[in-house]
Amino acid sequence: MFEIVKREELNPTVTRMVISAPNCARKAEPGQFIILRTDAEGERIPLTIADFDREKGTVTIIFQVVGGTTEKLNHMKEGDCLQDFVGPLGKKTHTDGLKKVAVVGGGVGCAIAFPVAKKLHQLGCEVHSIVGFRNKDLVILEKDFEENSSKVFKMSDDGSWGEKGLVTDALTKLIESGEQYDEVITIGPLIMMKFVCGVAVKHNVKCVASMNPIMIDGTGMCGGCRLTVGGKTVFACVDGPEFDGALIDFDEAMARGTMYRDFERHKHEETCNLFAKEVK
Amino acid sequence: MANMNPKRNEMPVQDPKVRSTNFNEVALGYTEEQAIDEAKRCLNCKNKPCVGGCPVKIYIPAFIAKVAEGDFAGAYDIISESSSLPAVCGRVCPQENQCEGKCVRGIKGEAVAIGRLERFVADWHNANADLSAVKVPASNGHKVAVIGSGPSGLTCAGDLAKKGYDVTVFEALHLAGGVLVYGIPEFRLPKAIVQKEIEGLKALGVKVETNTVVGKTISIDELMEEYGFESVFIGSGAGLPKFMRIPGENLKGVYSANEFLTRINLMKAYREGSDTPIQHAKRVAVVGGGNVAMDAARCAKRLGAEVYIVYRRGMEELPARHEEVEHAMEEGIIFKTLTNPTEILGYNNPEDRRDPMNGFVTGMKCVEMELGEPDASGRRRPVEKADSEFTLDVDCVIMALGTSPNPLIKSTTEGLETEKWGGIIADENGLTSRKGIYAGGDAVTGAATVILAMGAGKTAAAAMDEYLQNK
Repeated sequence: MFEIVKREELNPTVTRMVISAPNCARKAEPGQFIILRTDAEGERIPLTIADFDREKGTVTIIFQVVGGTTEKLNHMKEGDCLQDFVGPLGKKTHTDGLKKVAVVGGGVGCAIAFPVAKKLHQLGCEVHSIVGFRNKDLVILEKDFEENSSKVFKMSDDGSWGEKGLVTDALTKLIESGEQYDEVITIGPLIMMKFVCGVAVKHNVKCVASMNPIMIDGTGMCGGCRLTVGGKTVFACVDGPEFDGALIDFDEAMARGTMYRDFERHKHEETCNLFAKEVK
Repeated sequence: MANMNPKRNEMPVQDPKVRSTNFNEVALGYTEEQAIDEAKRCLNCKNKPCVGGCPVKIYIPAFIAKVAEGDFAGAYDIISESSSLPAVCGRVCPQENQCEGKCVRGIKGEAVAIGRLERFVADWHNANADLSAVKVPASNGHKVAVIGSGPSGLTCAGDLAKKGYDVTVFEALHLAGGVLVYGIPEFRLPKAIVQKEIEGLKALGVKVETNTVVGKTISIDELMEEYGFESVFIGSGAGLPKFMRIPGENLKGVYSANEFLTRINLMKAYREGSDTPIQHAKRVAVVGGGNVAMDAARCAKRLGAEVYIVYRRGMEELPARHEEVEHAMEEGIIFKTLTNPTEILGYNNPEDRRDPMNGFVTGMKCVEMELGEPDASGRRRPVEKADSEFTLDVDCVIMALGTSPNPLIKSTTEGLETEKWGGIIADENGLTSRKGIYAGGDAVTGAATVILAMGAGKTAAAAMDEYLQNK
């Protein structure tokens, strides 16, 4: 069993949990993910690793409540144990030889962008973190980015935090003002990553996007996480989760991501109702 | 006196109309009377060709003689000398090509129902045996690791544990059993039976570590250098599902058989209230003709769909076990043989990009085939008939085309040689290109059967024992 050693709400719908998982912590690297089950009847969900501590044997996850399983997870307390926790899965972020990188994160995707920024920063790379949220209430990891980047560019849709605008606006401005990046690494909603990659491609900058499709086993067996990259079918779990953003078919990925949307919505409501009843 | 009835005892089964709406086991098993009557059909002939047909060489006439005497415990002891998983094999082995295919009673009538008798004996044992009475064999002080808890891994682990080895099985998923739990459906192999077999191994002292992806969580070299495992068996099974590379394969409603079956079998998505979703399609096309295709088709049927098997060769060429094809037909699966898909069609509302139906499967374009000259495999090669294109009206497509090996272990184990197509290279004893590392099952052969994987696990266990005893 995998104990939740720390639980912290980063904003009303995003929670950070530190999980005791020594085997996973030993090998974890930024860019990789884990799969967990909350209970013996639970579904398997993939979550990208937000941080890890090899000495303490812990792995940190950050998740947004979107469906039944994340709702259940969010109700678990410090000291509770997850039924299953397996990883690290997927390939780590490629960091070799990078001297200057723009890390572009959006929303809860910033949770995954952060360990990438941190690793690059530790390696002595110049990191420009461009982080965007809908509004100031949804901001997470502000300090963490500040401590692990050369510069942080803060964006919000409504201007309530940092500058008003999209992360693509900031990225465009930076590139056009002469900033030369070896690579743009982007993690966030698919639609955001699509446009970030669009900006990078337009300016001939290499772009890497971290994908988070529906998956079950996470070891290449089910093929549910398949994507089209450069016209070829790839499996996010073993070939990724990071791919060349110029080659990803984002429209297909967005369509595939909605496969179980009705089920998820229904399941989320059902789970909420269940918890509401328990409270009474 | 032998029972000279040319016909075997019928297997009691659930009525097809009833069973096609539930996930309970289809075959119900012989009664004691039926088992004894069937056992008496064995002539105990001199040559015992059945034993030669068995990949794990169960001493078949001897166990059948015990059944005929009503000594079921004695029969079990004989089977378990050779097989670690008799309740499984009795259900899923292709007996018609193995033991029963060689039975002399089959020349003028029907072969002795060896598989059904094996199942009977194993079920009798599981119902009556006391696991707490099992003694953990005395330790011989050697530590071995088994990667994967499918049929090859469990067999290898069982054989080594019986010899006194300290065996740890590493499993990537949250539950042990491999294909026996994620692949083969409940109605063909109840999961309680698999768990019972695994409990039996644990009673022998075998440790099972779930949630451990060897190649990711830990490497083989770490197991050997840091954790003190002296020898390792790789039974990691088949890997990545194959697709046809036709347009539309990434539409919503196209599954690999692995995904469809895993959602149903491992994750119990068929149950009301399950946390794991599955599409409840109206009309399903399963592409392929093997056992996995039959399993997927029969699962889809049980979820309430009208189901087609789409296979490019003819009925005669279906690679699935006869019994699975028969059961599928009885349950109303429609066989579209000599048919090959060319494109999967999806819904697209040009007026509304946010239409929730966009991107879902609406049909599958196919062409009719005819059989031409035999190809390299000796089977007649299917060729396309001119102007035969038609569209099958389906909203879900399941690709059951086999798998290609998983690269995880190969890419993290230096010096482990693989075939060009990715299979791990192992000699006839299962020894790989690395000293002390053995492999068997689908990871070596590509997709095959449970019993062949068990045979490989057994062979490797013997070789590992010899290696460690002479080290």
